[in-house]
Amino acid sequence: MTDDPTLTLFAGIGAVLVVASLIGAVLAWRAGDTPNPAIENLNARIKAWWVMVAAIGLAFLAGKAGVILLFAFASFAALREFLTLTDTRRTDHLALSLSFFVVLPVQYYLIWIEWYGLYSIFVPVWVFLLLPIVVAVRGDTRDFMERVAEIQWGLMICVFCLSHVPALLTLEIAGFDGRELLLIAFLVIVVQISDVLQYVWGKLLGRRKVAPSLSPSKTWEGLVGGVASAVAIGAGLWWITPFSPLEAAFMALVITLMGFFGGLVMSAIKRDRGVKDWGRMIEGHGGMLDRLDSVVFAAPIFFHLVRYGS
Amino acid sequence: MTRRLVAKVAAVAVTAFARVVTGVRPNWVGVLPAPGPRVYFANHASHGDFVLIWTVLPPALRRRTRPVAGADYWQKDRVRRFLGRDVFDAVLIERGRAARSADPVGRMTAAVDDGSSLILFPEGTRNMTEAPLLPFKAGLFHVAAQRPDADLVPVWIENLNRVMPKGAFLPVPLLCTVTFGAPLRLEPGETKAAFLARAEAALLALAPPATAARAARPTLSPTRPANTP
Repeated sequence: MTDDPTLTLFAGIGAVLVVASLIGAVLAWRAGDTPNPAIENLNARIKAWWVMVAAIGLAFLAGKAGVILLFAFASFAALREFLTLTDTRRTDHLALSLSFFVVLPVQYYLIWIEWYGLYSIFVPVWVFLLLPIVVAVRGDTRDFMERVAEIQWGLMICVFCLSHVPALLTLEIAGFDGRELLLIAFLVIVVQISDVLQYVWGKLLGRRKVAPSLSPSKTWEGLVGGVASAVAIGAGLWWITPFSPLEAAFMALVITLMGFFGGLVMSAIKRDRGVKDWGRMIEGHGGMLDRLDSVVFAAPIFFHLVRYGS
Repeated sequence: MTRRLVAKVAAVAVTAFARVVTGVRPNWVGVLPAPGPRVYFANHASHGDFVLIWTVLPPALRRRTRPVAGADYWQKDRVRRFLGRDVFDAVLIERGRAARSADPVGRMTAAVDDGSSLILFPEGTRNMTEAPLLPFKAGLFHVAAQRPDADLVPVWIENLNRVMPKGAFLPVPLLCTVTFGAPLRLEPGETKAAFLARAEAALLALAPPATAARAARPTLSPTRPANTP
Protein backbone atom coordinates (compact mmCIF):
# COMPACT_ATOMS: atom_id res chain seq x y z
CA MET A 1 0.00 0.00 0.00
CA THR A 2 2.62 2.51 1.08
CA ASP A 3 4.88 1.85 -1.89
CA ASP A 4 2.11 2.62 -4.36
CA PRO A 5 3.31 5.81 -6.09
CA THR A 6 -0.24 6.83 -7.05
CA LEU A 7 -1.33 7.01 -3.41
CA THR A 8 1.84 8.82 -2.40
CA LEU A 9 1.31 11.28 -5.23
CA PHE A 10 -2.31 12.04 -4.37
CA ALA A 11 -1.43 12.37 -0.69
CA GLY A 12 1.27 14.86 -1.67
CA ILE A 13 -1.11 16.83 -3.91
CA GLY A 14 -3.69 16.81 -1.11
CA ALA A 15 -1.09 18.18 1.31
CA VAL A 16 -0.08 20.94 -1.12
CA LEU A 17 -3.73 21.90 -1.61
CA VAL A 18 -4.38 21.94 2.14
CA VAL A 19 -1.41 24.27 2.60
CA ALA A 20 -2.60 26.44 -0.32
CA SER A 21 -6.13 26.59 1.11
CA LEU A 22 -4.75 27.58 4.53
CA ILE A 23 -2.62 30.34 3.00
CA GLY A 24 -5.65 31.52 1.02
CA ALA A 25 -7.80 31.53 4.16
CA VAL A 26 -5.19 33.47 6.16
CA LEU A 27 -4.80 36.03 3.35
CA ALA A 28 -8.57 36.45 3.11
CA TRP A 29 -8.78 36.82 6.91
CA ARG A 30 -6.01 39.42 6.96
CA ALA A 31 -7.64 41.34 4.11
CA GLY A 32 -10.75 41.54 6.28
CA ASP A 33 -13.68 43.38 4.75
CA THR A 34 -11.66 45.29 2.14
CA PRO A 35 -12.31 43.51 -1.15
CA ASN A 36 -9.08 42.25 -2.72
CA PRO A 37 -9.58 40.80 -6.21
CA ALA A 38 -6.17 39.10 -6.26
CA ILE A 39 -6.91 37.14 -3.08
CA GLU A 40 -10.45 36.31 -4.20
CA ASN A 41 -9.04 35.09 -7.51
CA LEU A 42 -6.42 32.99 -5.71
CA ASN A 43 -9.03 31.35 -3.49
CA ALA A 44 -11.29 30.73 -6.48
CA ARG A 45 -8.39 29.02 -8.26
CA ILE A 46 -7.56 26.89 -5.24
CA LYS A 47 -11.19 25.76 -5.11
CA ALA A 48 -11.03 24.94 -8.84
CA TRP A 49 -7.93 22.79 -8.23
CA TRP A 50 -9.68 20.87 -5.50
CA VAL A 51 -12.47 20.12 -7.98
CA MET A 52 -9.96 19.22 -10.68
CA VAL A 53 -7.98 16.91 -8.40
CA ALA A 54 -11.20 15.29 -7.18
CA ALA A 55 -12.39 14.74 -10.76
CA ILE A 56 -9.07 13.26 -11.86
CA GLY A 57 -8.87 11.17 -8.69
CA LEU A 58 -12.34 9.71 -9.31
CA ALA A 59 -11.44 9.06 -12.95
CA PHE A 60 -8.25 7.28 -11.86
CA LEU A 61 -10.30 5.10 -9.50
CA ALA A 62 -12.51 4.13 -12.42
CA GLY A 63 -9.42 3.37 -14.50
CA LYS A 64 -9.16 3.71 -18.25
CA ALA A 65 -12.91 4.09 -18.81
CA GLY A 66 -13.12 6.85 -16.22
CA VAL A 67 -10.22 8.80 -17.69
CA ILE A 68 -11.54 8.50 -21.25
CA LEU A 69 -15.01 9.64 -20.15
CA LEU A 70 -13.56 12.55 -18.18
CA PHE A 71 -11.54 13.83 -21.13
CA ALA A 72 -14.34 13.19 -23.61
CA PHE A 73 -16.50 15.43 -21.44
CA ALA A 74 -13.73 18.03 -21.26
CA SER A 75 -13.43 17.90 -25.06
CA PHE A 76 -17.17 18.40 -25.40
CA ALA A 77 -17.16 21.42 -23.10
CA ALA A 78 -14.09 22.87 -24.83
CA LEU A 79 -15.48 22.32 -28.31
CA ARG A 80 -18.74 24.06 -27.54
CA GLU A 81 -16.82 27.03 -26.16
CA PHE A 82 -14.59 27.13 -29.22
CA LEU A 83 -17.31 26.76 -31.84
CA THR A 84 -19.51 29.28 -30.07
CA LEU A 85 -16.94 31.93 -30.98
CA THR A 86 -16.63 30.93 -34.65
CA ASP A 87 -18.36 32.54 -37.60
CA THR A 88 -20.16 29.44 -38.77
CA ARG A 89 -23.44 29.87 -40.57
CA ARG A 90 -26.83 28.22 -40.65
CA THR A 91 -25.69 25.99 -43.51
CA ASP A 92 -22.93 24.53 -41.29
CA HIS A 93 -25.44 22.92 -38.99
CA LEU A 94 -24.78 19.40 -40.27
CA ALA A 95 -21.01 19.83 -40.05
CA LEU A 96 -21.36 21.13 -36.47
CA SER A 97 -23.68 18.27 -35.49
CA LEU A 98 -21.23 15.74 -36.92
CA SER A 99 -18.39 17.38 -35.01
CA PHE A 100 -20.14 17.03 -31.68
CA PHE A 101 -22.00 13.78 -32.12
CA VAL A 102 -19.78 11.74 -34.45
CA VAL A 103 -16.19 13.00 -34.58
CA LEU A 104 -15.80 13.47 -30.84
CA PRO A 105 -17.22 10.08 -29.77
CA VAL A 106 -15.40 8.24 -32.56
CA GLN A 107 -12.04 9.77 -31.57
CA TYR A 108 -12.47 8.67 -27.95
CA TYR A 109 -13.77 5.25 -28.99
CA LEU A 110 -10.64 4.75 -31.09
CA ILE A 111 -8.57 5.54 -28.01
CA TRP A 112 -10.68 3.12 -25.96
CA ILE A 113 -9.90 0.31 -28.42
CA GLU A 114 -6.30 1.56 -28.57
CA TRP A 115 -6.19 1.78 -32.37
CA TYR A 116 -3.18 4.07 -32.65
CA GLY A 117 -3.04 3.83 -36.45
CA LEU A 118 -6.46 5.44 -36.76
CA TYR A 119 -6.86 7.74 -33.74
CA SER A 120 -3.60 9.51 -34.60
CA ILE A 121 -4.82 10.41 -38.11
CA PHE A 122 -8.61 10.40 -37.76
CA VAL A 123 -9.08 14.16 -37.28
CA PRO A 124 -6.01 15.42 -39.22
CA VAL A 125 -6.70 13.24 -42.27
CA TRP A 126 -10.20 11.77 -42.40
CA VAL A 127 -12.13 14.63 -40.84
CA PHE A 128 -9.91 17.20 -42.54
CA LEU A 129 -10.98 15.85 -45.92
CA LEU A 130 -14.57 14.79 -45.22
CA LEU A 131 -15.79 17.86 -43.32
CA PRO A 132 -15.21 20.40 -46.13
CA ILE A 133 -17.07 18.02 -48.43
CA VAL A 134 -20.05 18.06 -46.07
CA VAL A 135 -19.95 21.87 -45.95
CA ALA A 136 -19.38 22.30 -49.69
CA VAL A 137 -22.30 20.17 -50.85
CA ARG A 138 -24.68 22.58 -49.08
CA GLY A 139 -23.65 25.12 -51.73
CA ASP A 140 -23.12 28.09 -49.41
CA THR A 141 -19.78 29.57 -50.50
CA ARG A 142 -19.72 32.69 -48.37
CA ASP A 143 -16.60 32.71 -46.13
CA PHE A 144 -16.17 29.04 -47.04
CA MET A 145 -12.47 28.83 -46.16
CA GLU A 146 -12.93 30.58 -42.81
CA ARG A 147 -15.85 28.41 -41.78
CA VAL A 148 -14.22 25.12 -42.71
CA ALA A 149 -10.88 26.13 -41.20
CA GLU A 150 -12.50 27.25 -37.95
CA ILE A 151 -14.39 24.00 -37.49
CA GLN A 152 -11.30 21.94 -38.31
CA TRP A 153 -9.20 24.03 -35.93
CA GLY A 154 -11.73 23.59 -33.15
CA LEU A 155 -11.72 19.83 -33.65
CA MET A 156 -7.92 19.66 -33.74
CA ILE A 157 -7.53 21.69 -30.55
CA CYS A 158 -10.48 20.51 -28.49
CA VAL A 159 -10.83 16.89 -29.61
CA PHE A 160 -7.66 15.65 -31.29
CA CYS A 161 -5.07 17.36 -29.08
CA LEU A 162 -6.94 16.91 -25.82
CA SER A 163 -7.59 13.22 -26.55
CA HIS A 164 -3.82 12.68 -26.41
CA VAL A 165 -4.03 12.92 -22.64
CA PRO A 166 -6.01 9.66 -22.23
CA ALA A 167 -4.11 8.27 -25.23
CA LEU A 168 -1.08 8.12 -22.93
CA LEU A 169 -2.79 5.08 -21.39
CA THR A 170 -2.40 3.16 -24.65
CA LEU A 171 1.41 3.46 -24.70
CA GLU A 172 3.35 0.32 -24.00
CA ILE A 173 6.41 1.20 -21.98
CA ALA A 174 8.77 -1.60 -20.93
CA GLY A 175 8.80 -2.03 -17.15
CA PHE A 176 6.01 0.53 -16.64
CA ASP A 177 3.00 -1.76 -17.03
CA GLY A 178 -0.14 -0.77 -15.16
CA ARG A 179 1.23 2.62 -14.15
CA GLU A 180 0.34 4.59 -17.29
CA LEU A 181 -2.10 6.74 -15.32
CA LEU A 182 0.91 8.34 -13.67
CA LEU A 183 2.02 9.73 -17.04
CA ILE A 184 -1.24 11.68 -17.13
CA ALA A 185 -0.66 12.84 -13.58
CA PHE A 186 2.87 13.98 -14.52
CA LEU A 187 1.64 15.93 -17.55
CA VAL A 188 -1.25 17.62 -15.76
CA ILE A 189 0.74 18.45 -12.63
CA VAL A 190 3.67 19.94 -14.54
CA VAL A 191 1.38 22.04 -16.77
CA GLN A 192 -0.75 23.32 -13.91
CA ILE A 193 2.22 23.99 -11.59
CA SER A 194 3.94 25.86 -14.38
CA ASP A 195 0.83 28.01 -14.97
CA VAL A 196 0.61 28.81 -11.26
CA LEU A 197 4.30 29.51 -10.77
CA GLN A 198 4.45 31.72 -13.85
CA TYR A 199 1.60 33.68 -12.30
CA VAL A 200 3.32 33.84 -8.90
CA TRP A 201 6.76 34.79 -10.27
CA GLY A 202 5.13 37.31 -12.58
CA LYS A 203 3.27 38.91 -9.64
CA LEU A 204 6.47 39.02 -7.55
CA LEU A 205 9.06 40.15 -10.10
CA GLY A 206 7.25 40.69 -13.39
CA ARG A 207 8.44 43.76 -15.31
CA ARG A 208 9.04 43.07 -18.98
CA LYS A 209 6.05 41.79 -20.92
CA VAL A 210 6.58 38.87 -23.30
CA ALA A 211 3.75 39.67 -25.67
CA PRO A 212 1.91 42.83 -24.58
CA SER A 213 -0.50 42.69 -27.51
CA LEU A 214 -1.58 39.13 -26.61
CA SER A 215 -1.53 38.88 -22.87
CA PRO A 216 -0.70 41.75 -20.52
CA SER A 217 -0.11 39.40 -17.58
CA LYS A 218 2.69 37.30 -19.10
CA THR A 219 6.18 38.58 -18.29
CA TRP A 220 9.70 37.32 -18.99
CA GLU A 221 10.39 37.13 -15.26
CA GLY A 222 7.26 35.04 -14.76
CA LEU A 223 8.11 32.82 -17.72
CA VAL A 224 11.70 32.12 -16.68
CA GLY A 225 10.90 31.71 -13.00
CA GLY A 226 7.82 29.58 -13.67
CA VAL A 227 9.49 27.32 -16.21
CA ALA A 228 12.61 26.87 -14.07
CA SER A 229 10.64 25.95 -10.96
CA ALA A 230 8.22 23.72 -12.90
CA VAL A 231 11.18 21.91 -14.49
CA ALA A 232 12.70 21.42 -11.04
CA ILE A 233 9.40 20.01 -9.72
CA GLY A 234 9.05 17.84 -12.85
CA ALA A 235 12.52 16.44 -12.31
CA GLY A 236 11.66 15.82 -8.67
CA LEU A 237 8.68 13.75 -9.81
CA TRP A 238 10.84 11.36 -11.86
CA TRP A 239 9.92 8.50 -9.50
CA ILE A 240 6.33 8.45 -10.79
CA THR A 241 7.52 8.29 -14.43
CA PRO A 242 9.48 5.83 -16.55
CA PHE A 243 12.14 8.54 -17.01
CA SER A 244 15.45 9.26 -15.31
CA PRO A 245 15.58 12.58 -13.39
CA LEU A 246 17.34 14.24 -16.35
CA GLU A 247 14.76 12.90 -18.83
CA ALA A 248 11.96 14.02 -16.52
CA ALA A 249 13.47 17.53 -16.44
CA PHE A 250 13.65 17.59 -20.25
CA MET A 251 10.04 16.41 -20.55
CA ALA A 252 8.94 19.05 -18.04
CA LEU A 253 10.79 21.73 -20.01
CA VAL A 254 9.05 20.74 -23.25
CA ILE A 255 5.67 20.54 -21.51
CA THR A 256 5.99 23.96 -19.87
CA LEU A 257 7.20 25.69 -23.03
CA MET A 258 4.44 24.16 -25.14
CA GLY A 259 1.95 25.08 -22.43
CA PHE A 260 3.18 28.67 -22.29
CA PHE A 261 3.04 29.21 -26.04
CA GLY A 262 -0.27 27.37 -26.24
CA GLY A 263 -1.64 29.91 -23.80
CA LEU A 264 -0.38 32.71 -26.04
CA VAL A 265 -1.99 31.19 -29.15
CA MET A 266 -5.33 30.79 -27.39
CA SER A 267 -5.07 34.38 -26.09
CA ALA A 268 -4.59 35.57 -29.66
CA ILE A 269 -7.87 33.90 -30.64
CA LYS A 270 -9.70 35.38 -27.67
CA ARG A 271 -8.31 38.84 -28.49
CA ASP A 272 -9.45 38.55 -32.06
CA ARG A 273 -12.96 37.57 -30.94
CA GLY A 274 -13.11 40.34 -28.34
CA VAL A 275 -13.64 38.09 -25.31
CA LYS A 276 -11.70 37.78 -22.08
CA ASP A 277 -12.60 34.18 -21.31
CA TRP A 278 -13.68 31.23 -23.41
CA GLY A 279 -16.76 30.63 -21.36
CA ARG A 280 -18.36 30.79 -17.96
CA MET A 281 -18.62 27.12 -17.12
CA ILE A 282 -17.80 27.73 -13.47
CA GLU A 283 -18.77 31.22 -12.35
CA GLY A 284 -15.66 33.35 -11.97
CA HIS A 285 -13.23 30.81 -13.44
CA GLY A 286 -13.75 31.27 -17.15
CA GLY A 287 -14.42 28.24 -19.29
CA MET A 288 -13.01 24.79 -19.81
CA LEU A 289 -10.57 26.05 -22.46
CA ASP A 290 -9.22 28.72 -20.13
CA ARG A 291 -8.17 25.92 -17.80
CA LEU A 292 -6.95 23.53 -20.49
CA ASP A 293 -5.27 25.73 -23.13
CA SER A 294 -1.76 24.79 -22.01
CA VAL A 295 -2.59 21.08 -21.57
CA VAL A 296 -3.97 21.03 -25.11
CA PHE A 297 -0.70 22.18 -26.63
CA ALA A 298 1.54 20.06 -24.42
CA ALA A 299 -0.32 16.75 -24.62
CA PRO A 300 0.35 15.55 -28.21
CA ILE A 301 4.04 16.56 -28.07
CA PHE A 302 4.50 14.82 -24.73
CA PHE A 303 2.65 11.78 -26.08
CA HIS A 304 4.89 11.47 -29.14
CA LEU A 305 8.11 12.08 -27.20
CA VAL A 306 7.21 9.33 -24.74
CA ARG A 307 6.16 7.04 -27.57
CA TYR A 308 9.38 7.70 -29.49
CA GLY A 309 11.46 7.04 -26.40
CA SER A 310 9.71 3.86 -25.31
CA MET B 1 -55.14 18.75 -10.63
CA THR B 2 -53.06 16.19 -12.52
CA ARG B 3 -53.03 18.58 -15.45
CA ARG B 4 -51.45 21.29 -13.29
CA LEU B 5 -48.92 18.83 -11.93
CA VAL B 6 -47.98 17.63 -15.41
CA ALA B 7 -47.67 21.25 -16.50
CA LYS B 8 -45.30 21.98 -13.61
CA VAL B 9 -43.16 18.94 -14.36
CA ALA B 10 -43.13 19.88 -18.03
CA ALA B 11 -41.97 23.42 -17.16
CA VAL B 12 -39.08 22.07 -15.09
CA ALA B 13 -38.17 19.60 -17.85
CA VAL B 14 -38.23 22.28 -20.56
CA THR B 15 -35.99 24.69 -18.63
CA ALA B 16 -33.60 21.90 -17.62
CA PHE B 17 -33.36 20.77 -21.24
CA ALA B 18 -32.70 24.35 -22.38
CA ARG B 19 -29.94 24.65 -19.79
CA VAL B 20 -28.24 21.40 -20.78
CA VAL B 21 -28.33 22.04 -24.52
CA THR B 22 -27.39 25.73 -24.53
CA GLY B 23 -25.52 26.24 -21.24
CA VAL B 24 -27.48 29.50 -21.18
CA ARG B 25 -26.28 32.29 -18.89
CA PRO B 26 -28.00 35.60 -18.16
CA ASN B 27 -26.16 38.94 -18.36
CA TRP B 28 -28.06 41.46 -16.27
CA VAL B 29 -26.30 44.46 -17.81
CA GLY B 30 -28.78 47.32 -17.58
CA VAL B 31 -31.26 46.01 -15.06
CA LEU B 32 -31.55 43.47 -12.24
CA PRO B 33 -34.18 40.75 -12.00
CA ALA B 34 -37.23 42.25 -10.28
CA PRO B 35 -40.97 41.76 -10.43
CA GLY B 36 -42.83 43.79 -13.02
CA PRO B 37 -44.76 44.95 -14.57
CA ARG B 38 -42.14 44.58 -17.25
CA VAL B 39 -42.24 43.94 -20.96
CA TYR B 40 -39.15 42.02 -22.03
CA PHE B 41 -38.74 42.62 -25.75
CA ALA B 42 -36.25 40.43 -27.58
CA ASN B 43 -34.84 39.50 -30.96
CA HIS B 44 -36.56 36.48 -32.46
CA ALA B 45 -34.80 33.85 -34.55
CA SER B 46 -35.94 30.55 -33.07
CA HIS B 47 -39.04 28.92 -31.56
CA GLY B 48 -37.00 28.41 -28.40
CA ASP B 49 -36.36 32.11 -27.80
CA PHE B 50 -38.89 32.71 -25.06
CA VAL B 51 -37.97 29.43 -23.37
CA LEU B 52 -34.43 30.74 -23.04
CA ILE B 53 -35.57 34.02 -21.43
CA TRP B 54 -37.91 32.08 -19.22
CA THR B 55 -35.09 29.72 -18.20
CA VAL B 56 -32.74 32.45 -16.99
CA LEU B 57 -35.41 34.32 -15.00
CA PRO B 58 -35.45 33.50 -11.29
CA PRO B 59 -38.26 30.92 -10.67
CA ALA B 60 -40.39 33.36 -8.71
CA LEU B 61 -40.40 35.82 -11.64
CA ARG B 62 -40.76 33.05 -14.22
CA ARG B 63 -44.24 32.16 -12.96
CA ARG B 64 -45.38 35.75 -13.43
CA THR B 65 -43.83 36.19 -16.88
CA ARG B 66 -45.96 35.29 -19.89
CA PRO B 67 -44.78 35.03 -23.48
CA VAL B 68 -46.84 36.78 -26.15
CA ALA B 69 -47.23 34.29 -28.98
CA GLY B 70 -49.12 33.69 -32.18
CA ALA B 71 -52.39 31.86 -31.61
CA ASP B 72 -52.15 30.14 -34.99
CA TYR B 73 -48.98 28.34 -33.91
CA TRP B 74 -49.90 27.45 -30.33
CA GLN B 75 -53.41 26.20 -31.07
CA LYS B 76 -52.47 23.87 -33.88
CA ASP B 77 -52.60 20.59 -31.93
CA ARG B 78 -53.22 19.22 -28.44
CA VAL B 79 -49.55 19.15 -27.37
CA ARG B 80 -48.99 22.77 -28.40
CA ARG B 81 -52.26 23.85 -26.79
CA PHE B 82 -51.16 22.19 -23.53
CA LEU B 83 -47.68 23.74 -23.71
CA GLY B 84 -48.95 27.18 -24.67
CA ARG B 85 -51.79 27.43 -22.19
CA ASP B 86 -50.84 25.26 -19.22
CA VAL B 87 -47.04 25.25 -19.21
CA PHE B 88 -46.06 28.69 -20.51
CA ASP B 89 -49.38 30.46 -19.83
CA ALA B 90 -48.89 32.31 -23.12
CA VAL B 91 -50.83 35.43 -24.05
CA LEU B 92 -52.11 34.25 -27.41
CA ILE B 93 -52.76 36.84 -30.06
CA GLU B 94 -54.15 36.46 -33.56
CA ARG B 95 -51.67 37.64 -36.11
CA GLY B 96 -53.81 37.94 -39.25
CA ARG B 97 -55.45 41.36 -39.20
CA ALA B 98 -58.48 40.13 -41.14
CA ALA B 99 -59.36 37.12 -38.99
CA ARG B 100 -58.86 38.93 -35.69
CA SER B 101 -61.58 38.54 -33.08
CA ALA B 102 -59.79 40.28 -30.19
CA ASP B 103 -57.47 43.27 -30.06
CA PRO B 104 -53.90 41.98 -29.43
CA VAL B 105 -52.81 45.12 -27.57
CA GLY B 106 -55.85 44.77 -25.31
CA ARG B 107 -54.81 41.18 -24.46
CA MET B 108 -51.31 42.35 -23.56
CA THR B 109 -52.41 45.30 -21.42
CA ALA B 110 -54.92 43.07 -19.64
CA ALA B 111 -52.10 40.68 -18.72
CA VAL B 112 -49.99 43.60 -17.48
CA ASP B 113 -52.95 44.80 -15.38
CA ASP B 114 -53.08 41.31 -13.87
CA GLY B 115 -49.56 41.87 -12.54
CA SER B 116 -47.85 39.72 -15.15
CA SER B 117 -44.72 40.61 -17.04
CA LEU B 118 -44.60 39.91 -20.77
CA ILE B 119 -42.09 38.48 -23.21
CA LEU B 120 -42.64 40.14 -26.57
CA PHE B 121 -40.94 39.72 -29.92
CA PRO B 122 -41.57 43.05 -31.64
CA GLU B 123 -40.24 41.81 -34.98
CA GLY B 124 -43.54 39.90 -35.18
CA THR B 125 -42.03 36.81 -36.77
CA ARG B 126 -38.83 34.79 -36.69
CA ASN B 127 -35.95 36.56 -38.39
CA MET B 128 -34.61 34.30 -41.15
CA THR B 129 -32.50 36.99 -42.82
CA GLU B 130 -28.87 37.99 -42.47
CA ALA B 131 -29.89 41.27 -40.84
CA PRO B 132 -29.64 41.22 -37.04
CA LEU B 133 -33.16 42.63 -36.60
CA LEU B 134 -36.31 43.03 -38.68
CA PRO B 135 -38.22 46.34 -38.41
CA PHE B 136 -40.34 46.40 -35.24
CA LYS B 137 -44.13 46.15 -35.40
CA ALA B 138 -46.22 48.75 -33.61
CA GLY B 139 -47.43 46.53 -30.72
CA LEU B 140 -44.56 47.50 -28.42
CA PHE B 141 -45.35 51.19 -28.93
CA HIS B 142 -49.04 50.73 -28.16
CA VAL B 143 -48.31 48.82 -24.94
CA ALA B 144 -45.80 51.51 -23.94
CA ALA B 145 -48.36 54.25 -24.65
CA GLN B 146 -51.22 52.56 -22.80
CA ARG B 147 -49.22 51.32 -19.79
CA PRO B 148 -46.65 54.10 -19.24
CA ASP B 149 -45.53 52.73 -15.87
CA ALA B 150 -44.39 49.39 -17.32
CA ASP B 151 -40.62 49.03 -17.85
CA LEU B 152 -39.71 47.93 -21.36
CA VAL B 153 -36.56 45.82 -21.04
CA PRO B 154 -34.55 45.04 -24.20
CA VAL B 155 -33.28 41.43 -24.22
CA TRP B 156 -30.69 40.18 -26.69
CA ILE B 157 -30.66 36.41 -27.26
CA GLU B 158 -27.33 35.32 -28.71
CA ASN B 159 -26.67 32.11 -30.62
CA LEU B 160 -29.95 30.23 -30.29
CA ASN B 161 -30.50 30.55 -34.03
CA ARG B 162 -27.21 28.67 -34.46
CA VAL B 163 -28.14 25.99 -31.94
CA MET B 164 -31.41 25.21 -33.66
CA PRO B 165 -31.72 26.80 -37.10
CA LYS B 166 -34.96 26.47 -39.01
CA GLY B 167 -35.48 22.97 -40.38
CA ALA B 168 -32.89 21.33 -38.13
CA PHE B 169 -33.99 18.32 -36.08
CA LEU B 170 -30.92 18.08 -33.86
CA PRO B 171 -29.67 21.01 -31.76
CA VAL B 172 -25.92 21.64 -31.69
CA PRO B 173 -24.83 22.45 -28.15
CA LEU B 174 -23.33 25.90 -28.71
CA LEU B 175 -23.42 28.27 -25.74
CA CYS B 176 -26.17 30.89 -25.57
CA THR B 177 -26.36 34.11 -23.60
CA VAL B 178 -29.35 36.27 -22.73
CA THR B 179 -28.46 39.94 -22.14
CA PHE B 180 -30.87 42.27 -20.34
CA GLY B 181 -30.43 45.99 -21.10
CA ALA B 182 -31.56 49.17 -19.39
CA PRO B 183 -35.35 49.63 -19.40
CA LEU B 184 -37.10 52.07 -21.76
CA ARG B 185 -40.29 54.08 -21.41
CA LEU B 186 -42.16 56.20 -23.87
CA GLU B 187 -40.93 59.80 -23.69
CA PRO B 188 -43.58 62.54 -23.58
CA GLY B 189 -44.48 63.54 -27.11
CA GLU B 190 -42.37 60.80 -28.69
CA THR B 191 -43.74 59.62 -32.02
CA LYS B 192 -44.33 55.97 -32.86
CA ALA B 193 -41.52 55.91 -35.42
CA ALA B 194 -39.04 57.61 -33.08
CA PHE B 195 -39.89 55.29 -30.20
CA LEU B 196 -39.62 52.13 -32.28
CA ALA B 197 -36.28 53.30 -33.71
CA ARG B 198 -35.01 53.95 -30.18
CA ALA B 199 -36.19 50.53 -29.03
CA GLU B 200 -34.50 48.82 -31.99
CA ALA B 201 -31.25 50.67 -31.29
CA ALA B 202 -31.40 49.79 -27.58
CA LEU B 203 -31.84 46.10 -28.43
CA LEU B 204 -29.13 46.05 -31.08
CA ALA B 205 -26.69 47.75 -28.71
CA LEU B 206 -26.79 44.58 -26.57
CA ALA B 207 -25.57 42.32 -29.39
CA PRO B 208 -21.97 41.14 -28.92
CA PRO B 209 -19.35 42.91 -31.08
CA ALA B 210 -18.93 39.88 -33.37
CA THR B 211 -22.62 39.86 -34.26
CA ALA B 212 -22.64 43.62 -34.74
CA ALA B 213 -19.58 43.33 -37.01
CA ARG B 214 -21.25 40.58 -39.00
CA ALA B 215 -24.27 42.83 -39.42
CA ALA B 216 -22.09 45.69 -40.62
CA ARG B 217 -20.40 43.62 -43.33
CA PRO B 218 -21.77 43.92 -46.85
CA THR B 219 -24.48 41.34 -47.31
CA LEU B 220 -24.18 38.59 -49.82
CA SER B 221 -25.99 39.41 -52.98
CA PRO B 222 -26.05 37.92 -56.45
CA THR B 223 -24.20 41.00 -57.66
CA ARG B 224 -21.11 40.15 -55.66
CA PRO B 225 -18.50 39.86 -58.39
CA ALA B 226 -16.54 37.02 -56.79
CA ASN B 227 -19.56 34.78 -57.12
CA THR B 228 -20.23 35.33 -60.78
CA PRO B 229 -18.54 32.69 -62.89
